[in-house]
Amino acid sequence: MESGFGSDFGSDFGSGGGGGGKLDPGLIMEQVKRMTDKCFRKCIGKPGGALDNSEQKCIAMCMDRYMDAWNTVSRAYNSRLQRERANM
Amino acid sequence: MDAASGAGLGGADPQLQRFIEVETQKQRFQQLVHQMTELCWEKCMDKPGPKLDSRAETCFMNCVERFIDTSQFILNRLEQTQKSKSSFSESLSD
Repeated sequence: MESGFGSDFGSDFGSGGGGGGKLDPGLIMEQVKRMTDKCFRKCIGKPGGALDNSEQKCIAMCMDRYMDAWNTVSRAYNSRLQRERANM
Repeated sequence: MDAASGAGLGGADPQLQRFIEVETQKQRFQQLVHQMTELCWEKCMDKPGPKLDSRAETCFMNCVERFIDTSQFILNRLEQTQKSKSSFSESLSD
């Protein structure tokens, strides 16, 4: 009986999704796409001629926060699943 | 292992069958985490800061719970609607 599927964001890109040796370029590209979308919306106001320092800093923070969020969601979902299983 | 036992995914091998089940579940889990993170990000994140503050973190946790509640609510209500529909059509006999 598994104790849950919670895994760290970093291990998400291994094949199988739950960790493992090989990196899956498909999965990485999907995540790049998501983060690009999210962080562009949050960090870029009126697009200028280049990404200025504040925008770059924002994007970097945004990526880290997105990964934090992912981990939080993963833990919360895992807890909920365990609770549901316990109630069955 | 003879050719006949290879039929279907995993064939007659319960261990392989189990492995496939677990991996499929893991994948579903990951997909849902991605989906919820995307949705909840819109609801819970203002401007990205140096760390995830406790208010945002609480929001993400609530968001997950409410998302699952929403999904269950929809399933239950659909089920009820179907039940009442079928009993309605049964009463419309020729």
